[in-house]
Parts: sequence; structure tokens; C-alpha cells
Amino acid sequence: MLVALFIIISVTFFISKLLPGTPFADDKLTPHIRQQLFEKYGLDEPVTVQYVKYMANVAQGDLGNSFYFESRPVTQMILQRLPVSMFIGIQAVVFGLVVGMVLGIVAALRHNTVWDTLAVVIAIIGVSVPTFVLGPLLQYWLGLKLGLFPIAFFESYKYSVLPSLALSVFVVSTVARFIRTEMLEVMGQDYVTLAKAKGLSGLAVILRHVLRNALIPLVTVMAPLTIYLITGSLVVEQIFAVPGIGEQFVQSVVVNDYSMILGTTVFFSVLFIFALLIQDILYGIIDPRIRIAGAKE
Amino acid sequence: MASANGDNILRVEDLEISFSTQAGEVQAVRGVSFELRQGETLAIVGESGSGKTVTAKSLMRLLPEANTRIKGGEAIFEGQDLLKLSEKRMQAVRGPKIAMVFQDPMTSLDPTMKVGHQITESLKRHLGMSGNRARERAVELLEMVGIPNAEERVRQYPHQFSGGMRQRVVIAIALACEPQILIADEPTTALDVTIQAQILELLRDLQERIGTSVILITHDLGVVAQTAYRVAVMYGGKVVETGTVREIFYNPQMPYTWGLLSSIPLPTADRSQDLIPIPGSPPDMSDPPEGCPFTPRCPYAMRICAEEMPGYTTFSAEHKAACWLHHPMAPDVEPPVKVRDAR
Amino acid sequence: MDTRHRELEPGLFEAAEVDRDEGERIAGPRVGFWKDSWIRLKKNRGALISLAVVLFLFAMAFVIDPLLSPHSPYSQDLTRRYLGPTADYWFGTDEFGRDMWTRVWAGTRVSLYIGLLAALLDIFVGVVYGAISGFLGGRTDEVMQRGIEILNGIPYLIVAILAMIVFQPGIITISIALGLTGWTFMARIVRGRMLQLKNQEFALASRALGASGFRLVWKHLIPNSLGLIVINLMFTIPAAIFAEAFLSFIGLGIQVPEASLGSLISDGAGELRFHPYLLWFPSIIFCLLMICFNLLGDGLRDALDPKMRK
Repeated sequence: MLVALFIIISVTFFISKLLPGTPFADDKLTPHIRQQLFEKYGLDEPVTVQYVKYMANVAQGDLGNSFYFESRPVTQMILQRLPVSMFIGIQAVVFGLVVGMVLGIVAALRHNTVWDTLAVVIAIIGVSVPTFVLGPLLQYWLGLKLGLFPIAFFESYKYSVLPSLALSVFVVSTVARFIRTEMLEVMGQDYVTLAKAKGLSGLAVILRHVLRNALIPLVTVMAPLTIYLITGSLVVEQIFAVPGIGEQFVQSVVVNDYSMILGTTVFFSVLFIFALLIQDILYGIIDPRIRIAGAKE
Repeated sequence: MASANGDNILRVEDLEISFSTQAGEVQAVRGVSFELRQGETLAIVGESGSGKTVTAKSLMRLLPEANTRIKGGEAIFEGQDLLKLSEKRMQAVRGPKIAMVFQDPMTSLDPTMKVGHQITESLKRHLGMSGNRARERAVELLEMVGIPNAEERVRQYPHQFSGGMRQRVVIAIALACEPQILIADEPTTALDVTIQAQILELLRDLQERIGTSVILITHDLGVVAQTAYRVAVMYGGKVVETGTVREIFYNPQMPYTWGLLSSIPLPTADRSQDLIPIPGSPPDMSDPPEGCPFTPRCPYAMRICAEEMPGYTTFSAEHKAACWLHHPMAPDVEPPVKVRDAR
Repeated sequence: MDTRHRELEPGLFEAAEVDRDEGERIAGPRVGFWKDSWIRLKKNRGALISLAVVLFLFAMAFVIDPLLSPHSPYSQDLTRRYLGPTADYWFGTDEFGRDMWTRVWAGTRVSLYIGLLAALLDIFVGVVYGAISGFLGGRTDEVMQRGIEILNGIPYLIVAILAMIVFQPGIITISIALGLTGWTFMARIVRGRMLQLKNQEFALASRALGASGFRLVWKHLIPNSLGLIVINLMFTIPAAIFAEAFLSFIGLGIQVPEASLGSLISDGAGELRFHPYLLWFPSIIFCLLMICFNLLGDGLRDALDPKMRK
């Protein structure tokens, strides 16, 4: 996993070196000043040297300075915007998980009834309607027409509602579909029939046996969800003008702030790998079959 | 082999069960009747598709509600018809009165719950035991079914047990509340032969100690010989012959039973003996035949066999069979050589 | 019920002509695997409707609109800016007076092109890569898998974004970005299937009869993977369309004056306050595409799943 991270960062670095033009393409700069800037940023050194220096820096958490905002370190800029993005993201996930689980569980318990079909339809729509359609939709209906929530910027808690909502729809749908499938499969298992044969009440069977087994695989959804959140934040922050990491990233692309682009990409990659790691660990803890290697008689 | 002690503890009459599937109505059980005596082991024998598992599960009302219909019949236990009890009353029956052991020990236990907990669940629910007492009892039960190191094992998960051990756990769970009836659905089919013998012996043992009456479902006559006192042979959703083990093995009266016996090696046989399988395959239960279901595969079939279902002919207090060959107007036939020799 | 004493006709007790094979009659008519799946798919109304809608959208975008429409997606008419839907302009006009109807369908063409490209890449690169990797196994497989892991490790969108930056944003660039990473999932799946099939009995039997590697793959292993491949295609296409729309939305994809559904939605979102219709139309078409492909994919998955056969 660390290997993958290493490769990702390296590749990103080299790609950024391919970027056309130089970061300081502003015509107003005289060649002399440009040369000075180059030296300052170490851009005049051979690529391999730059590479080594860069990797060493990254390992220490130093992602260099933004080319656009000259004196500001990329790492600091990212971390500064992190809380907003995280807040909206985590709120979306929590909400999505809760609603998704309820939807999925109800659908499974009322399999082949109206509720089941309804839940499946909602879920399919949820995964098909992208955030960049949903966002404006929410802005229009809940924001403009009904005036319930603000549609841009981030001044107080209320401002986070619509962005999180927009993000959460996909989460709700994915989780609901997943849980429904898992539960249906578990409910058909022998051990559930045995639990019933023990004379346990329906509720007990579901709470103690079905749910536990059905929820465990949910952990595997973590990594894809993280990717979704990352890319989703790019969209949502644009639409709702939220000052988060995503918006900053898009901005840096527009102004060709290569250092920032590179730095944020590295950050995203780290986040993703981190999520994978946590997913693996969590799975190992939750599932007793993995936690305790089978010791047969 | 526990013998009868006179009283009926369970009486099943004319049980009819159908499933509605995409292919139409499947009549799995079409008029099954039998009795279970106090303290005995009754074996229900049949091929897959004969309706034996469906019958068993119906007694505990464990069949999927959505597409199962109990079309008729009754199952009288302790003065009540099990088929008509409400779900709530049924929950009080399952466990303390009637318990079940399933076929595949690898899938019968919840993989995410400790083995001990799976036992104490039952104890707490039905016997109202406190946590500590229940735990102690669980350990006792594990010891009773022959699991070494029970103290340690009780805290382990199912995947840490082998197949045979898991089946013992399942038995422990079933017997935790000392039920009056234990239904064992092919309890040894998924196990190695040597383990099989151990499990059967365990069942016999426990039965004597606790005094449970056992319904043993199997397709294996060898298992029947080892454990049962009485046998009910099922085919095509009906009971075609019942009797004591001796009667069935030494004086079978129905061609299907003859076929079953001819297709297994008997200990008394000499090596020149053929194993004669029964040709053909079980009937399609979505379109069941009018008459005797065994007709297409029966070497002695007569015209009336395909048209009408025969009634039972009684041969002794326990022994009866349903076959047109017993009608006075039917020709006399000799059962196949093997069966004759066994006598 | 004692049968001994009922009076019955003697003729009934003659030996019967019994069809021994009756029991062996296979319940239900014999049907090939594909036909069977098609029958099952037909029962799934959602999937069928989706199929119809997708075909319709294809037809609209590539055939009907180019033939019918009197307007061009580029021609501006500043005297007719921001018209809502009218008789002349079914979807209204945008800020430059361009006809939205044609623009939307032009955008749909772009999106569908991307989807098709993704599908083709899946087939020609993904399947081949996966088949080779899985079939050859051993070291070759390991090396090839590492390659995929690396490609996969980078979130696909980031690769696309980076590619956008290196090369000018535009349809070629998107195609390249897609080409680099969009097929890896298919490759993985096909490889897995190869590994699975390789060791099954029919493959061993075929080899025992002298089938060479290529023949084995071509005639046996690939046909047995077709179901899986088709299902996966149904999900790759919307994923690609989505990815392109996403990039266009951020401004990294299709640039003006070209249009893709994503860029149209992006523009529409900006005009939300006063001209929401600019958002609705491309959004509806886009969502229709997404929903239908997803439903189709789900339906196909159910239909091709042999475990569900009755």
C-alpha cells in the first residue's frame, strides 16, 4: 500500500513536470526575475534532484509553497480548508449511513412488497442522479423557491445543510442497496433458521443474528465512499461556493498553480490510501473469522 | 434403539403442504400421517424430494411463510395442533418442547457469535436463567456432547471447530432446554463416516439420558438400522410403508422399500450380490401423479397403480404399507432375491 | 383404510405398460443459455423499458436530430437570448441565443460517444489484458496485476484531471485519460473469470483432447465470460459518461463552443436563478441515460445469473 502511495506521488510529480509552460508565464515578468524565481523554487535544478528533494519534503509533510500565493505553504493552505470540507463530508456520510441503513433494512424485511420496490427505486435514482445535478436542484427547490436554506458560502451551520444533503444522496442509495442485498442473503442462511428454531422472537433473530452478519461487509464500502467524497466535494464546493479543499483545488487548476495542484493530489491520494488502511484494520477487528484464526479442534 | 413406551407424544394426520413457485404449485407433502411414541426414535426415510424435510420443518413451522401453504391436516402435540398455533405460542414451543438439528453443521451456526452465547440465548429465553448460571450450564452441555476443554471452547467461534464438533454444538443447543421431541434432519449426511458413527452414538446416548423422543430424517438405511426403532418410508410426498426396523428390513411389503434395500449392501450378503439401483428419478411434484407415485419406477406396476392411490394394508400392530399388490385380486409376487435372502 | 375388500375390476391388475423414462423427462423445454437469459430479461419490465429508452436516445442523438433540426448548435442569435421553451425552440435558447434543443442533443452525442469509447476500450484492451493475464498465470500474471494495481491506485478522476492539465482540455484528451484507466476494472474481472474457468473440468477436458492455448481461450473461455463482460459493459458506459460530465462540470472537459451534457448542466447551474430551464433539459436527458443504463445492468445481471434458473 505504501508502495502504491509512493508510486502515485512520483507519477504525479513527473506529470507535473510535463506541464506545458512554466508556472510563471506572466508576460510582465522579465527573464531576469523569472530566473530568480526559478532559483528560489529550485526549478532550475535537474529533474532528478528536484524529485529527490520533493519526496524528502513530502515525507516530512512539506508540500512546498503555492506558486500562486507565493509565501504560503501548500500544506498549510490545505489544512486550513480541511475543517470545512471534512465537516460537510462527515455530515453527509453519517446522514447517508443512517438513512441508507434504515431504507435497506426496511426493504429487506418487507421483501417483495411495495416498500421494497419503493426503496429499490429510490436507490437506483440516487445512484444515477449525479451530485452536480442534485446540487443545483436542491439549490433551486429548497433554497430559492422554499427559502429554507442558504445556497452559497459558509457562514454558519445552516450553510452546510444543502451541500451535505447533495453529497449524501449517493451514500444513502449505495448503502441502502448494499444492506438490502446483504440482509436478504443472510436471512436465507441456515443459521438464521436455526435461531428461529430455538424459539427466539423475530426481533431477537433480526437484531442479534441477521443485522450483525449483514452489517459487517459494510466496511468494504468505506474506500469507494472516500473516493466519492473526494470527487464529490470538488463538485459540491463549486456549486455551493463553499471554501473547502475541493474548491481550492479547482481554483488552482484554473490558475495553473502547479505546486498546489500537485500538493492537493498528493493529499487526496494519502487520504484514499489511509481509508483503505482503516478499512482493512476495521474488517479485521469486526469479523471474528479474521480476527481469530481458526484453530480446529 | 429406544423402544416404544406406549403413549403417543405426537400425532400427525393427513398433512398436506404446497409451495407456490414460479413454475406453479408444488405439492411437496400430500397426505402424510404418522405417530411418534414417547421415548422412541422414529426414522423417516426417503429420497430427496420425497417431502421428508418439508414435513419436519412444518412441525416447527419453519417453512418460509411467503410461499408455503399448509393445505390440510393436523399435528397434535400436548393436545394442541401445532399447525394452527400463533407465531408467539410457537416460539414457546420451539426450544423447550421441540427442537431441531439441521443437516449442514458448517452453516448452522452464526459465524459472528460465540458458541457459548448461542447456547445461552436459548437458556435465558426459555428457562430464564441468569447470566452466570446460563454460562455454567452451557459448559455442562458442551461436556455432555463430548467436547473437550469445554471451559475454553465455550468462548470460541464456530469457525474454530471442525464439522463434527460443530454438529455436537448444534445438538447441545437443541437439547439445552431438554425438549420432548428432537427432530434431526439428516444430522450426519454432511459428515465423514467415522464421525457419523460418533454422532449417532451421541444421539442415542443423550436420548436415553434425557428421555427425548427423536424423529430422525435420513436417506441412509444404514443410519436407520443403527438408531431407529420404527421407520416411516416416504415417497412422492406420501408415506408408503411404516413399521418397526425389524419388520421393514426383514419383511418389507412395498416395492419401493424392496428397491431401497436392494440398492444397499447388506452385511449378511455374499460378494456375488449385485447392488441394484432403482431406475428412473423421483416424480415432479409440481405435477404429481394421480395414483401411486412410485408407479413409473416400479417393476410390478399394474394398471390400477397409475390410476388410483392404494390404501393401507395392515400387517401387524406397527406394520402397514400402501400398495395394490396387497389387494386380493392382485397377482402374487415374490420380492427380489436380496430381500428374500435377508429374511 | 384396508384395501383388501374393495370390489374392483380384474383387468386393473394386469401388468401396466410403464414409461420408465417418464421420470427422467426434463421438466420444461430445453432452452439454450442465451435464449433462456433473454426470456428472463424480457420479464424484467424495468430493464426492457430502459433498453427502449437508451435505444431511443441513441436514435435521437445520432440520427433524428441531425436530420430534423433546422438549427445548428453553434449559431448565435443575440436577438433571441434566454427564450424559454417555445414552438420554435423546444428547449429554449441560452445566453447567446443558441437553440438548446440542438445543443442538448449535440451534448448527448458527445456523452454517448464517450460511453461507446469506454465500451470499446473495455473490450479491446480490458478483456484482452485480463484474458492474457489470467490465462498465462504465474509470473506474467503477477507482473500484469501489479501494473493494474498501480493504475488503479491513483483515483481515476485524478489521472483524468492531471491529463487534462497536461494536454489541452477537449474531447481527445478525455478520450486519452479514459483510455489510460477506464478498462482496468474489466481487465480485473476477466482475469478473475479466466482463473476460475481455467481449472474447471471442461477446460481440462478440452486440453486433454489436445486444444491449444489460443483455441481454448477463444472458443471456450471467452464465450463463458461473455455474460460477465456484457454486464460490466453496462456499468462502464454510464461510469464513463458520468466521469466526462463531471470533468466538464468542473470546467476541465469539453470547452465552449462545444457542448457535452456535463458542460450544459454546468452552464445551466450557473443560470439557475432566472433561467432554470437551461438546467432542467440537459439534466433530465443525463439522468435518463444514467438510470436506464443502471437498470439495464441490473436486469442483465439478474437475467444472466445461472443460479436463478428455474
